[in-house]
Amino acid sequence: MGKYVIRRIGQMVIVLFGATLILFACLFVLPGDPVGSLGGDKARDPAVVQELRERYGLDKPLVEQYGNYVTNLVKGDLGEDYTQRRQVTEVLGPKLQNTAKLALAAIVLDVVIGMLAGLIAALFRYSFWDVLVTLLTTLAIGFPSFVIGSIFQSQFAVKLGWFPLISDGSFNSLIMPAVTLAIIDAALVARLMRGTMLEVLRADYVKTAVAKGLPRRTVLFKHVLRNSVIPVVTYIGISFGGLLGGALITEAIFNWDGIGFALVTAIQQQNNPIIVGVVTYGVAVFVVLNLLVDLLYAMLDPRIRLS
Amino acid sequence: MRGVARARWAVGAVAVALVAAGCGGTAGESKGVVRASWGDPQNPLEPANTNEVQGGKVLAMLFRGLKRYDPKSGAAENMLADKIDTSDQQNFTITLKDGWTFSNGEKVTAHSFVDAWNYAANLDNKQKNASFFEYVEGYDKVHPASGNATAKTLPGLAVKDDRTFTVRLRTKFSTWPDTLGYAAYSPLPRAFFDNHAAWLKKPIGNGPYTIDSYHKGSAMRLTRWDAYPGPDKAQNAGVELRVYTDNNTAYTDLQANNLDLVDDIPSTQLKNVKKDLGDRYINQPAGIIQTLDFPMYDPNWSKPGLEKVRRGLSMAINRDQITEQIYRKTRTPATDWTSPALGEAGGYKAGLCGDACGYDPAAAKKLIQDGGGLPGGRITLTSNVDTGSHRVWMDAVCNSINNALNNDRACTVNPVGTFADFRNQISEQRMTGPFRSGWQMDYPLIQNFLQPLYYTGASSNYGKFSSPQFDNLVDEANAESSADAANAKFQDAEKILADQMPAIPLWYQNGSAGYSDRISDVTLNPFSVPVYEQIKVG
Repeated sequence: MGKYVIRRIGQMVIVLFGATLILFACLFVLPGDPVGSLGGDKARDPAVVQELRERYGLDKPLVEQYGNYVTNLVKGDLGEDYTQRRQVTEVLGPKLQNTAKLALAAIVLDVVIGMLAGLIAALFRYSFWDVLVTLLTTLAIGFPSFVIGSIFQSQFAVKLGWFPLISDGSFNSLIMPAVTLAIIDAALVARLMRGTMLEVLRADYVKTAVAKGLPRRTVLFKHVLRNSVIPVVTYIGISFGGLLGGALITEAIFNWDGIGFALVTAIQQQNNPIIVGVVTYGVAVFVVLNLLVDLLYAMLDPRIRLS
Repeated sequence: MRGVARARWAVGAVAVALVAAGCGGTAGESKGVVRASWGDPQNPLEPANTNEVQGGKVLAMLFRGLKRYDPKSGAAENMLADKIDTSDQQNFTITLKDGWTFSNGEKVTAHSFVDAWNYAANLDNKQKNASFFEYVEGYDKVHPASGNATAKTLPGLAVKDDRTFTVRLRTKFSTWPDTLGYAAYSPLPRAFFDNHAAWLKKPIGNGPYTIDSYHKGSAMRLTRWDAYPGPDKAQNAGVELRVYTDNNTAYTDLQANNLDLVDDIPSTQLKNVKKDLGDRYINQPAGIIQTLDFPMYDPNWSKPGLEKVRRGLSMAINRDQITEQIYRKTRTPATDWTSPALGEAGGYKAGLCGDACGYDPAAAKKLIQDGGGLPGGRITLTSNVDTGSHRVWMDAVCNSINNALNNDRACTVNPVGTFADFRNQISEQRMTGPFRSGWQMDYPLIQNFLQPLYYTGASSNYGKFSSPQFDNLVDEANAESSADAANAKFQDAEKILADQMPAIPLWYQNGSAGYSDRISDVTLNPFSVPVYEQIKVG
């Protein structure tokens, strides 16, 4: 187990370097000069542009730029952004916190609502509840999040005044965006849960357990639930990674100052240090979550050996 | 008993939730404060480093310069300047009014200006608006086109005493004093130089407001400065600038009464805005013009006779229809190369473009044929299409030209993916046909719309247009002793543009704003920035 973790961490480092290198190369070949176009339609003073290019090391070859970036990255320094000339870590810090808050709230809702709905649907197959879950999840998957978000805003914020329309830092303002974000994932989790549970319920070891005369509750929790949760855990791990990478549409609707929007703005401005910063972080989150999911597998299913 | 306790807890939780929900809508609303939409500034908030509207909003509240542009007429009026004297349109003596201080108590002196200007011009400080000081003598020493600066301070600036300093310009520039209302010319307190990092966190100025708190990326709160010595004291208790990531969200928030002022109406809402806001919707010309520039460095476009083709193309564009249908009148068809936001005092005169900017498809076709037809039989319009609605209007312009010429393939659109790439292609002179160019004025003077754009070798003369006649008229205008005489000369210069048509004026861009019924007296200045200090709450 310990060996396995160490090997995986080694792999993670390689993935991280590979991803940032590819990104760096892509940004490098993009046409246009990111510093030269900062002035909008107005021509930039060539002397100032030259100074800024030197300051940001843009006059150096790709390999050297990447080398500098990696050396600084190891020290926890992501560089300085092109627009406000602030440290990238300082710019992204509060945004990361906001995104993490939202992602955490959404994933909790995902897990609770999705697993519960799937469980009920599977246990009471073809009942009214099962049909209801199928119907609701179809609707949830079908509606784009900007529609859901806008409906929430007009009904619950403008008409009923239950929640603030947009983020104001309070816990209350977290609810609508979190639900908006969770709805689609919760629907998918519910479907996945229902499917795998039905499969497990038919498995031989469950029949054996029932034949042995184990109480229904023990069969359900010890054998069925534990085994049907494995694919769901995988899905949630990936989806959590996605959520932590920022949810552009939901962030924009609810004016949530997260990294999803920061990334889009940075791309429009060709603010490369921010782009690289967000992507580096996103990749890191993804590989860490993948490792955690794999470790969880082993805990849930003793047949899986990590070596 | 356990059941009872649980029920009680549940009731309590519901009550807390309800109270919290009830408070949600009103939290953060304080008395007499204007809640206005904002965007993250794209530069550090230094006066000489800010050239976009979001940072400009803050500077407009935080600083007062030698001159200030009247929000209504756009005319430059003395603010901190007592008088600006010159006898030769080249050497100026500036005298300051007494009694002005920064909000930290420091007196505003001649040094406050000269130090600020030297900082702005010095290449080492990498200020985006450094080129505003290029007219001052010795600019090339502190800001050489290449290599290192050989001086730290502008030789053309000299402090006489606490309230007087002199400026020597490189050439004659009669309307130069009227440029001094621009934010780049603001005075700076010692705190700016002594502790720069702290100043950037919480800038200190001499305007009607002081900064209360600044949370980068989310909000800035400004409070009225009660001891402000100027005549334009704030009529409200303060302004809260809130960052909105999306202008649609800001608009929804305005309708929900959570916000008082939005200064950018989303295009998707333009059809509802009259119904939603009634007379609380402002739509007025801003100092922005969009043009289609010709690559005059390309012999195909600059050879004699082609001016007919260029004029013909201009006449083939149905500006009225495009501004009405695509922009819902948030653009105004252009009839010259400047902007109505200048006002008469600034030198604007409608119709200087003459017939060449009117829509006349038959005459357009004839002119283009007389001029030898389109170079290569067809033209391509180029613009970046990542922002604005550039793709849409380019299609419409092409359509208009094709209809006039009765040829479906006469005009095509060449969309460029990113602004940076587009800029690159322009500066490398790779354009082979008309390309989009937008100009936002720095100060409301006709000079600012003509000299940087069409003077030979000027910084933003992307088409490399060159006309000795035009250059002469600009030089003469700059040497005139009165603003009226200078404006007349500049207007004559515009007539040369009408003959030569190096750039087709398309439309003037408007500034738009909407506000809640909680506030009144909302106006936009010529730069489309709300005049915050005049807004009354309640």
